Amino acid sequence: MNFPILSSLILLPTIGALFIFFVRSSNSQYQSSKYVALFITLANFFLSLYLWIIFDKSIVDFQFVEEREWISGFVNYKVGVDGISILFILLTTFITPICVITVNATIKNRLKDFLIAVLILETFMIGVFCSLDLVVFYLFFEAGLIPMFLIIGIWGGERRVYSAFKFFLYTLLGSVLMLVAIISIYWITGTTDVIKLYELGIDAKYQNLLWLAFFSSFAVKTPMWPVHTWLPDAHVEAPTAGSVLLAAILLKMAGYGFIRFSLGLFPDASLYFVPLVYTLSLIAIIYTSLVALMQEDMKKLIAYSSVAHMGFVTLGIFTMTQQGIEGSIFQMISHGLVSAALFLCVGVVYDRLHTRLINRYGGLVSIMPKYAIVFMVFTLGALGLPGTSGFIGEFLVLMGAFKKNILVATIASLGVILGAAYMLWLYKRIIFGKLINEDVKKMVDLKRFEIVTLWLLVLPIIFFGFYPEPLINSIEVSVANMIDMNDLDKINKLALGD
Amino acid sequence: MENLQLIIPELFISIIIMFLLIFGVFKKNSSQLVYNLTTVSLVATLALIINLDTQIQSSLFNNSYNIDSLARFMKILLILSGIFVMLSSSKYIQISKISKIEYPILILCSILGMMVMISSNDLIVFYMGLELQSLALYVLASFNRDNLLSTESGLKYFVLSALSSGLLLYGCSLIYGFSETTNFNQIMVNTKEIEYGLTFGIVFILVGLAFKISAVPFHMWAPDVYQGSPTSVTVFFALLPKIAALTVFIRFLYIPFYELGDQWQMIIIFLSIASMVFGAVAAIGQKNLKRLIAYSSISHMGYALAGLSAGTTQGVQSSITYITIYLVMNLAFFSCLFMLKRNDEYYENIDDLSGLSKNHPLLSLSLLVVLFSLAGIPPLAGFFAKFYIFVAVINEKMYFLAIVGLLATVIAAFYYLRIIKIIYFDPEKEKFETKHNLGLKFTLVASTFFILAYFIYPSGIVDIISQININ
Repeated sequence: MNFPILSSLILLPTIGALFIFFVRSSNSQYQSSKYVALFITLANFFLSLYLWIIFDKSIVDFQFVEEREWISGFVNYKVGVDGISILFILLTTFITPICVITVNATIKNRLKDFLIAVLILETFMIGVFCSLDLVVFYLFFEAGLIPMFLIIGIWGGERRVYSAFKFFLYTLLGSVLMLVAIISIYWITGTTDVIKLYELGIDAKYQNLLWLAFFSSFAVKTPMWPVHTWLPDAHVEAPTAGSVLLAAILLKMAGYGFIRFSLGLFPDASLYFVPLVYTLSLIAIIYTSLVALMQEDMKKLIAYSSVAHMGFVTLGIFTMTQQGIEGSIFQMISHGLVSAALFLCVGVVYDRLHTRLINRYGGLVSIMPKYAIVFMVFTLGALGLPGTSGFIGEFLVLMGAFKKNILVATIASLGVILGAAYMLWLYKRIIFGKLINEDVKKMVDLKRFEIVTLWLLVLPIIFFGFYPEPLINSIEVSVANMIDMNDLDKINKLALGD
Repeated sequence: MENLQLIIPELFISIIIMFLLIFGVFKKNSSQLVYNLTTVSLVATLALIINLDTQIQSSLFNNSYNIDSLARFMKILLILSGIFVMLSSSKYIQISKISKIEYPILILCSILGMMVMISSNDLIVFYMGLELQSLALYVLASFNRDNLLSTESGLKYFVLSALSSGLLLYGCSLIYGFSETTNFNQIMVNTKEIEYGLTFGIVFILVGLAFKISAVPFHMWAPDVYQGSPTSVTVFFALLPKIAALTVFIRFLYIPFYELGDQWQMIIIFLSIASMVFGAVAAIGQKNLKRLIAYSSISHMGYALAGLSAGTTQGVQSSITYITIYLVMNLAFFSCLFMLKRNDEYYENIDDLSGLSKNHPLLSLSLLVVLFSLAGIPPLAGFFAKFYIFVAVINEKMYFLAIVGLLATVIAAFYYLRIIKIIYFDPEKEKFETKHNLGLKFTLVASTFFILAYFIYPSGIVDIISQININ
């Protein structure tokens, strides 16, 4: 494998962005820059699909590893994928073209700049998922703030400035401690190379503080209760494509970070802090579900539901069981698809009526039947109905949790019920009921590009709901290896007193 | 005679100063010509410095003047910044009617003073260089003499700077009294044991130097002087004196006082933390861009000092890297400031930037890059600058300093973001002029490109700087 396929994946969107930037185009030619962006993102998607196909799922080691000297004698640029990260790369390259398709309806001004921002963001997102060096990871992780800040701030809603600032400062504050931890790791072990660190291990006496430093960054990004408050604001004000990227991919960076770094590098500390994570996750699941019930704004409701779903993810990761971690990864992929789809659905009606208030709608089923169908699929996916991908993730997480702590698992199961409550109620209020408002009656059903984008998301949600094997297959070996390598099982048993 | 060969750059500048003085007096209306000649002679000086044999490490004139790798690098940095400052501000000087022959000559004088400071290895030589640069700067600050703010800033700078020079001189005399020598290397030999007088001497010298690089709590002059001086002088203030002062800091701390590390380390840490935090907090309320960048540079000096406080070679190297990247970022920022011109009037309030991105997309993009870089967001150059500093600091287990520094970057990020918000999110105002002279455009493009592309090959500068040895 001499062709640097991962670096191409990372660089391709940036090259596209540069191309769009340097090719001058007048207003009428905005379309052409859109096609360039679509072409680039699709090419990237097929490239990552090809990567997934030639990826050997039975091998534990990182594959397609590229290493180059970067900061001399200190940090090497190192990328590679294992069964876990490849799925997130695939998710990223799948969601981005969908965002590009939707820009027509949602972005009214400065389309070119928007596409550049999205493409640059894709570079950083893919970079996060395949970097195998802590400094390189930090670089990509933080750099993503810049395009997202601009996307919320320039193309957002009324309170966009407040939301953009909150998003940026919250996340930055969370991450600075991680930088201290990364540099400390370098001085403790002499390297920031993740693979070497896996082999070397980190002395247990340092682990707790380092774990907390990483946690402060990931908890904000996940987001976990009580540092989740930036998320509803950011989601509500961001344009549709921004919300989609935020919910589908940016939040997953933290979950991925938990698995790759918190579990992988600090197994002892992870075990030590399990009660903390359990507590925060349970609060996130129950509390934010209740908050979601009370929302009058559709986007806010979905944002809070994201927090609850990510609560399941963190819970699953820190059960440190094969099922729990697999479930978390599955839940992240599934949530990436479902939440993206839900935000697109909100975008569809928002473009027509320019309001996100739930009580302004009602009775859409009679005038927008096609919309009602896809929205139903996504609602069911979000509440985890068997047959949708949402079910598999939640089920595996709960299975892992029951194995460890029955009380925690029982409380978490309540979250599933609450999830069903707020999603179904949302669906009822928007789709069913009487058609009262005159302007709602004038709404038209899905246009062609909307049908394409939404059905593109319906397919994997149902497919993976019935046949999760391709995804599970991809992550199985890597997860098992991670558990083996760090003796998570053994540590667990000791802790339980078996 | 061999000694003289090594100081050819300094001699060359001295001769040019005298020549230009006479030339300017005898030739009428020659201010623009003198300005251009100055720029050319700076380029020539740069060539002369680069041309010197890099292997030479020697002390001249009775061991009072050092030609070593540190001096060489800092002088190259100094002259390069000088050239870019001259290139970017030529138009500004004409329009603000301060184009007089004295202006470039004063700049040359102060650069000469800084070169002497950088190479000095003796208290007296150091003080001579310091005064040469300061006297020229006092005049430059009040160069726009019809402007109330400018004269005020010149006077303020003079009074406060004279006070600090006095302290510095008193410190020097104490050091001389207790070590019986003015030579840096000799001081190190003669001061093996700590005496109170010596400690006082160190403190006085550090206070004087902290004043020169405007570290908190000796920063009071900076905002007023930055705002009041003509912008072309402000950019000079923001760049060149910092290089010279930092070099002197390095020399003092790492040659004569190296053995007394535990005496000065706490002072430097305090200066550093105070500057980082105060600079970040105080900049939030500013409305004037020049005043804001004054506070921002106070904060940046805090980071440079943090590197020095580590007390290791690595720390010094990280400080030098920091100041290098800081220079480029400030150069880019001021180039943007020079472009905010409409009907022969320059605008310098933050509100004037409102909606800039709609009318001037490229200028706004440069500002965006510069501001995010100043805030230290990866992958821009500013992040790497801070990164090296924290690597050096954490290596010495100074976690408190590192965490405070990083939290200060978050506070600082707020006011940089506020400018970006005004540029990108706010409604647009009248257009600015789009025609600029070539030098200004080149400066902006080169510096922005450096900031943007630094991450591709970050080793380049680090490798050069890692060859600098202090002792």
